[in-house]
Amino acid sequence: MGISFSKEDDGYSKGFEEFRKDAPGNGIPWMESLREEGIRKFAELGFPTPENEDWRFTNVAPIARTTFTIEKNGHKQVAPEVLNRFIFPKLKTIRLVFIDGSYTPGLSDLSDVPEGVKVLSLASALDSEEGLVKKYLSKYADFSEEAFTALNTAFMQDGGFVYIPRGTRFREPVHLLYITGKSDRATITNPRNLIVVEDNCEAEVVEHYVSLDEGVYFSNVVTELVVGENSSVGHYMIECESMKAFNVSTLRVEQGRSSNIRSHSVLLGGAIVRNNVHPVLAGEGCDSLINGLFMSTGRQHMDNYMKVEHASPHCDSRQFYNGVLDGRSRGVFHGRIIVHKDAQKTDAKQTNRNLLLSDNAQIDTKPQLEIYADDVKCTHGATIGQMDENAIFYLRSRGINEDAAREILLGAFTSGTLESIQVEEIRNYCESLVAEWFARRKGGTELDNDPR
Amino acid sequence: MLEIRNLHVNVADQEIIKGLNLKVNAGEVHSIMGPNGSGKSTLAQVLAGRASYEVTEGEIIFEGKDLLELAPEERACEGIFMAFQYPVEIPGVANTYLLREALNSIRKYRGLEPLKHVEFARLAKEKMGIMGMADNLLKRSVNEGFSGGEKKKNEIFQMQILEPKLAILDETDSGLDIDALKVVADGVNALRSPERAFIVITHYQRLLDFIVPDFVHVLVDGRIMKSGGKELAFELEDRGYGWVEEEARKAVSN
Repeated sequence: MGISFSKEDDGYSKGFEEFRKDAPGNGIPWMESLREEGIRKFAELGFPTPENEDWRFTNVAPIARTTFTIEKNGHKQVAPEVLNRFIFPKLKTIRLVFIDGSYTPGLSDLSDVPEGVKVLSLASALDSEEGLVKKYLSKYADFSEEAFTALNTAFMQDGGFVYIPRGTRFREPVHLLYITGKSDRATITNPRNLIVVEDNCEAEVVEHYVSLDEGVYFSNVVTELVVGENSSVGHYMIECESMKAFNVSTLRVEQGRSSNIRSHSVLLGGAIVRNNVHPVLAGEGCDSLINGLFMSTGRQHMDNYMKVEHASPHCDSRQFYNGVLDGRSRGVFHGRIIVHKDAQKTDAKQTNRNLLLSDNAQIDTKPQLEIYADDVKCTHGATIGQMDENAIFYLRSRGINEDAAREILLGAFTSGTLESIQVEEIRNYCESLVAEWFARRKGGTELDNDPR
Repeated sequence: MLEIRNLHVNVADQEIIKGLNLKVNAGEVHSIMGPNGSGKSTLAQVLAGRASYEVTEGEIIFEGKDLLELAPEERACEGIFMAFQYPVEIPGVANTYLLREALNSIRKYRGLEPLKHVEFARLAKEKMGIMGMADNLLKRSVNEGFSGGEKKKNEIFQMQILEPKLAILDETDSGLDIDALKVVADGVNALRSPERAFIVITHYQRLLDFIVPDFVHVLVDGRIMKSGGKELAFELEDRGYGWVEEEARKAVSN
C-alpha cells in the first residue's frame, strides 16, 4: 500500500495525515511536533520557483507537478547478488541498506561496528536512543526557508543513525546504501541521516543512491553531520540514480574546533539533481574540503549549491568542483561563501572547472562571497570550456591518436577531482563509475530522457 | 628523407609561407634562421600537422610518403618529432604516462610489442640521466609548473625516448640560460647519427655554437632567400638580417 499525494489537491497535507499515523516516532511528542512544524513550513513555502535567487537556474516544476506515492511496509524482494554492483570491492564496510526508503536488515552488515559506536536505522534509534536523537535531530538542518528540508522533516521515514563516541578511530566506512526498486508508480522517499561524531574521532561515511530500474521517483534527502573537536570525517555522496529520478539532497555539517571534514560528491544519475552542501565552520581552526564531480548527459540537470559558512577565526575551506557536460544537459555551480564578522583569518578558496562536450550543453556558474570580517583571504575562480585543442595536438604530435588523446584529457579532468578521495577502494569505485560513463558515451548509448 | 617543394601556407587567410623549397637528407642538420614573422614556426607547425595551418600549394614528401596526407599522430609514428616552442601544460596527465602511451602507440604502428613497465622505466631513467632531469619530473603532470628551461629539456627528453628519424626543434634555445642550452644541445648531439636528420629553427646564432649545422638557411618573408654552410650563421650574427632582405628585394626587382 502507498499513500499518494500531490500538490494540486493539497495532497501533501492529506498525505501527511495519512502518513503520520504510523510514521517512525509516532507517539513521541517532540517528534510529532517536529513533523507538524515541517509540514506547516512546507505548506507555507511551497516548492521554490526560479524567482527565488537560490533556485534561479533550476526549475523544479517537474517535481512539483508529479504525484508521488510513499511505499509503506512494501519491502520489495531484492536478491543479495544485486548488492555486488553497489559495494566497494576489497573494502570492509559497516552497511545499512534501505529499499524504497525502509531499512532492510537482511542486506545490511553490522558485524564490524566497533565497541561503543552505534550504527542503526533512524527509525530504530527513535526507539532505543531517543535521548541522543532528540539532542541532535533537526538542530542543524534549518528548514525555515528550505522547502525541501521542511518536506523531509515532515515525512522523514528512515535513514542512517550513526553515533561515534569521543576518541574512536576506525577505518571501516559506514556505507548507507539507498536502493529504489522497480515500481509502476512514481515513488518518493525522504531519507534522513543523522551522523554524530564526538571529539577526537576519525570516521568515513558514504551515502550512496542507486536504483534497479529506470523509473521516475524522488529522493529528498537530508543529512546532518555533527563533527566534534579535533575530529576528522570523510563524507561521500555517490549519486547514480535512474536517469528519470529526482534527487534533492542537503548535507548540513557542523564543525567543532580544529575539526576537519572532506566532503566528496560524485553525481552521475538523475533527471534533476540538486546537491546542497552546507558546512558551518563553527569552531576555531577548522578545515573543510568540499569536493565534487558531476557528469551529465541527455537532458539531465545537475545543480550544486554550496554554502560554506565561516563562523570562527582561522578556518580554511577549499572547494573544488569539476563538471563534465554532454548532450543537452545543464549544470549549475552556485558557490556561496559567507564569512561572519568574527571569522578573522579566514582562508577560503573556490574553484569550479567545467568541460562542455557538446554545443548544446550549458553551465551556469556563480560565485557569491559575503564577507563581514576584514582580515580574510577569499578567492574564487571558474572556467568553462571545451577540451584544450592545443593539448590534443600536443598528444597527437607524440604519436597518440585523436580519440585516445581526448580520452586521456577527459580522464585527467575527472581524476583530478577524485584523487583527493583518501580511501583507495572508494576512489577506485568512483573511478570505475566514471569509466563506465565514458564507455556508455563512446558506445553511443542514447541517454536522452525528458521528464518535462 | 624530406623534400619540400614550392610550399605555400596560409594562416587565418594570410599567406605566411610563399613558395618554400627544402631538401633534407638523412644524417644532416639544417638550421633555419630568420627574422620574426618570416614563417619559421609556421614551417615547423605544418611539418607536425597542425590543422589550422592551411597548405594552399606545394608538397612535402617524407621517406617517399605524402606527408600532407597523414594525421599528426601518423607523422609521429612515421618518425617525425617536433620540439614545441611553447610546450603545452597538461594538468592531470603524468609525464611518464604520456611518454609510455606515445612510445607504445608508435611501436604498435611499427608492428612492435609494447614495452613492459620495467623496460620503460629503465629507458626513462637512462634518458633522464642524460638530460640531468630530476626524477620527480617524470611523475609530475606534463609541463605543469615546469620552469621554461625544464619545459625545453622535457621536449628533448621526449625526443630521446621516441628516437625520431626527423626532429624539428622550434626555437628550443629561446629563453634558455647557457647551462640549460648546453644540456639541450648535448641531448640533441647524442642523437645525431647517419640515419637521423634535424631541422633546427632558431632566431639566434648562439645555439649553433653547440649544435653545429651542416646547412644554414635564411627564411625571409616566407621564402628561403639564402643558403650556406655554418659560416652563414656567423655572418648573420655580425650583420643581422637586413642585408639578406635587401638582396632578396633586389633579386625580385631584377
